[in-house]
Amino acid sequence: MSASSETVEELVHKAYPHGFVTEIDADTVPPGLSEDVVRLISAKKGEPEWLLEWRLKAYRHWLTLREPTWAHVHHGPIDYDAISYYSAPKSRADGPKSLEEVDPRLLETYKKLGIPLEEQMALAGIAVDAVFDSVSVATTFKEKLAAHGIVFCSFSEAVRNHPELVRQYLGTVVWPTDNFFAALNSAVFSDGSFVYIPKGVRCPMELSTYFRINASKTGQFERTLIVADEGSYVSYLEGCTAPMRDENQLHAAVVELVALQDAQIKYSTVQNWYPGDEEGRGGIYNFVTKRGECRGARSKISWTQVETGSAITWKYPSCILRGDHSVGEFYSVALTNHYQQADTGTKMVHIGKNTSSTIISKGISAGRAQNSYRGLVKVTKSADGARNYTQCDSLLMGERCGAHTFPYIEVANPTARVEHEASTSKIGEDQLFYCAQRGISPEDAVSLIVNGFAKEVIRELPMEFAVEAQKLLGVSLEGAVG
Amino acid sequence: MLEIRDLHVEVDGKPILKGIDLTIRAGEVHAVMGPNGSGKSTLSHVLAGREGYTVTRGSVTFEGKDLLEMAPEIRAREGIFLAFQYPVEIPGVNNTYFLKAAVNAGRKHRGLEELDAMDFMQLVREKMKVVKMKDDLLKRSVNEGFSGGEKKRNEIFQMAMLEPKLAILDETDSGLDIDALKIVADGVNSLRSPERSMLVVTHYQRLLEYIVPDQVHVLAGGRIVKSGDRTLALELERHGYGWIEQQGVTAA
Amino acid sequence: MSARAGAATAVPGGAQAAVEHYLGEHTRSAGSLPGAGTAWLRELREQGIERFADLGFPSTRDEHWRYTSVAPIAAQRLRVALPAPVPAPEALAPFLFPGLDAHRLVFVNGRYAAELSAPGSLPDGVHLDSLAQVLAAAPERARPALSGLALRTGFDALHQAFLADGVWLELAAGVALARPVHLVHLGVGAAEPALANLRTVISLGARAEARVIESFGSLGSGAGLTTAVTTVVLAEGAALEHFKLQEEAATVDHVARVEVRQGRDSRYTSHSVSLGGGITRNDITSTLEGEGAECTLNGLYMAAGRQHVDFHTTIDHAEPRGTSRELYKGILGGRARGVFNGRILVQPGAQKTDSQQSSQNLLLSREAEVDTKPELEIYADDVKCSHGATVGQLDADMLFYLRSRGIDHGTAQGFLTRGFAQDVIDRMSIDAVRERLERLVVTHVPGPESAQVSP
Repeated sequence: MSASSETVEELVHKAYPHGFVTEIDADTVPPGLSEDVVRLISAKKGEPEWLLEWRLKAYRHWLTLREPTWAHVHHGPIDYDAISYYSAPKSRADGPKSLEEVDPRLLETYKKLGIPLEEQMALAGIAVDAVFDSVSVATTFKEKLAAHGIVFCSFSEAVRNHPELVRQYLGTVVWPTDNFFAALNSAVFSDGSFVYIPKGVRCPMELSTYFRINASKTGQFERTLIVADEGSYVSYLEGCTAPMRDENQLHAAVVELVALQDAQIKYSTVQNWYPGDEEGRGGIYNFVTKRGECRGARSKISWTQVETGSAITWKYPSCILRGDHSVGEFYSVALTNHYQQADTGTKMVHIGKNTSSTIISKGISAGRAQNSYRGLVKVTKSADGARNYTQCDSLLMGERCGAHTFPYIEVANPTARVEHEASTSKIGEDQLFYCAQRGISPEDAVSLIVNGFAKEVIRELPMEFAVEAQKLLGVSLEGAVG
Repeated sequence: MLEIRDLHVEVDGKPILKGIDLTIRAGEVHAVMGPNGSGKSTLSHVLAGREGYTVTRGSVTFEGKDLLEMAPEIRAREGIFLAFQYPVEIPGVNNTYFLKAAVNAGRKHRGLEELDAMDFMQLVREKMKVVKMKDDLLKRSVNEGFSGGEKKRNEIFQMAMLEPKLAILDETDSGLDIDALKIVADGVNSLRSPERSMLVVTHYQRLLEYIVPDQVHVLAGGRIVKSGDRTLALELERHGYGWIEQQGVTAA
Repeated sequence: MSARAGAATAVPGGAQAAVEHYLGEHTRSAGSLPGAGTAWLRELREQGIERFADLGFPSTRDEHWRYTSVAPIAAQRLRVALPAPVPAPEALAPFLFPGLDAHRLVFVNGRYAAELSAPGSLPDGVHLDSLAQVLAAAPERARPALSGLALRTGFDALHQAFLADGVWLELAAGVALARPVHLVHLGVGAAEPALANLRTVISLGARAEARVIESFGSLGSGAGLTTAVTTVVLAEGAALEHFKLQEEAATVDHVARVEVRQGRDSRYTSHSVSLGGGITRNDITSTLEGEGAECTLNGLYMAAGRQHVDFHTTIDHAEPRGTSRELYKGILGGRARGVFNGRILVQPGAQKTDSQQSSQNLLLSREAEVDTKPELEIYADDVKCSHGATVGQLDADMLFYLRSRGIDHGTAQGFLTRGFAQDVIDRMSIDAVRERLERLVVTHVPGPESAQVSP
């Protein structure tokens, strides 16, 4: 082992900085899943009958499904009856009206995570919805947004205050029967964020949601729905963290985006759920269904994700390009270290005429991690003039990790042009030596190279989060060269 | 030979040519000069029949026939030749094979017998001398792996083979060093004849030192703003295009 | 998981009838197949039919068959082809390569036809014979090569259940076979759709070299299924250039599998050209078991009408310093569908692997489809691997360039389509093969009568 590799070993053992637990009273239902649990969740949230029926239908369908096995990931059986499907901080009676009403320990938690819900965000001009375990605990800037007619609130609140919008769009992109985890989410989802941007409105600030899993033996099943009406624009960001625990916790979220004519949605994720320790114990199972539909002509949906956390990541933020001239984009950096496994990518389904999509995926694999890109580019018969460009690059660090590429390209229209490229590379000892000779430490050199590798994706993130993402890549990977 | 009347052309709904009038008689060499974006390349492409250009008004007649009605290959067989600014590389298609198909398509169109392999190769060897082309370029795929100079020489070589009535040289000087430029210009000059007209499209006066035009037209903003003899090109060289654009404004 | 019901895996309807039919065929043919008196071979065939009873035909729910439905094959009740009358020598002519000087073995409906064959004189150290002959003369010799096949699909199982004849080519260490071996497989149409099975065993000793051309053709338009399994073992430093030309009738389906094991510093080069057949499926797998091995897989498929062609390739880099190059090109017209699934696997420890793969496809009609799936699976860090895939149509700039020189639209399309195919053909080392293929490609370019796309 070379000198630089030893440095690496030290760096790799850096602790997960968000692994603390907040001691807070929680209202948690006992583990297990049945129709009664679904009814209980719905009742706790005071939901209308139609939504309960919707949940029950999803639950009954879920019972007929099997957990998917096609992903390039391995895990022991998940006991769905050992999970608690609802946990909420007790102090939240009818939901805080303002930040002053939020439990100070919660605010402290978010501060520790570097997400102060107060003045710093105000300065940065970002509206935040914070979801703690299953429920939304604080949404900032509501009034200012309301002045533009923008709805940004927790999902529960949206069900109460904007039932017609929720009912019109919920489950229209990701059907309750879509897949095993989406069906599970549809049955038991507890909270999440809801966004509606009215016609012609350009949302004046970044909207963001921070998700935090705190309670043990719980799953988190949030649901996000963003609707951008004609000619509107919104940029939305989500961040995620969880405490360090030896058990694996399930996170099965659903995100639905709807872009109507000439609307644009930019959705960015910095996913840093607890990845498990260096022996592969614990960590979040992140089984997420994210999909956007460009429903109107000239609409655009852009996904950007930086995935550094979770023991297992299973997610494919996708675009259904239904509107003519609509555009889908997917920019991804997925970083896996130790025993992490990621099977992530996208689906671009071209239906409208002259639709175009771009996929840039950067996988970084270190330790004993397995990192897979899985993507589908489908051009249907109707999609005249469809264009896709896909680039998948993998960076391997160490001889015990894996990097895989599984692109599915299905073309049924002769005017389509689809291009896919993939390559692999590694951080070479010669590169490190070259940097060292110029006075750059191995950890800085690796950080430099990794950030260079991920640059095309990072630059798609909103500025404030690009810096955060860069740091995250540095912390998670510095010198992970074997 | 060529009559362009009030030609208006749009690309993606955007007007590029806004009323071009130009007459070229047999044996004449006309130069069209103009700044970038003035519509020079559009004019060459429209004459050759490239898709993506919409003629919204005007007419082009070539030897009394409506040129705009014809498919690109028919225009070529009728005697229009475009020397491309960026000759296209076509992997897998042999240069000689391609040229034989082109020559014979033209001959058939004119009611001549197709050349057999022997006669064709003899013609090839004869014409290659015009542009000092190397033999091995014939065995390669069309333009594939050719240097910039080789591609332009190949264009002039094809012109020699196809013996057009009207040759359009689209920025043939671009990307050529002075030696390559001389070879290409010599090739072009050797092909000048009382029956053959030429339309030389260029940004710089430099090429016109070697291929001396009978008339020079200045294209700006989609219109011919000034025409004159070859001294106009020299004047342009001295004053730059800004000068002509000012003149264009006062004239309009 | 008390409440969760297990989703039952229902046996697809009709599958049982197919199984019974082939059990009947097995009983009917068992006594008459070559080597019927050899116990281990009988057992091998029984294993095959039992495995088929378990597996049935693959379905599109199977990831490896998701784009290829074999329902039309499964619906047929194929008869095991029994020796057919040998056609006149003239019938062979269209399938030969003019000017090719080769050791020629001809098979009709999967059985060796000595009358049409011309093995010629073979140098010392070369054993070239029909498999039936080897099974008759020295069955034990063939046992290891025939016993090791993993029966992954119903087609493998059927193949083994009715294993009859094929080719045996064995080269001793250091022997270079100067003339290529040409294996011609002819299907002769019969009243009932026939199942023809071919097994080819190629084994090259250390530093031995050979070139093998396999041709598959049809006489008449009788329906049927050809299953072909070829196993290749290359010892240290051995080199095989392996050609395959599939030009069977559109009424014949073709399911073939090539399994290659490559020793240290060996070279395997495959050129697989698929022009004919109804449903055509080719699985080519090469395992680089020794250090420094080189594997090249080139392929060309042209399909029109209702043809369906599917290539699944796997290059398994099991040891360090392996090199692989793969180029597959597809041209789809009419209502044809093309499938390419190319998997590159780099196993743990296979450092310094250098692998490049390219899948390029032309879609020439509104009703044609292509599905391509290049896969990289990499478990070692010091490797250079890349792949690329494209689907598109003829380049508009190239078309315009040709037309601007007076070449009409249809001819220009033909030029460009052939140009697209050309670099696969250029990689072949035998002039006679290249020349005939160039001519074949011309006749297979989807003509203007098929639904063309206007540029």
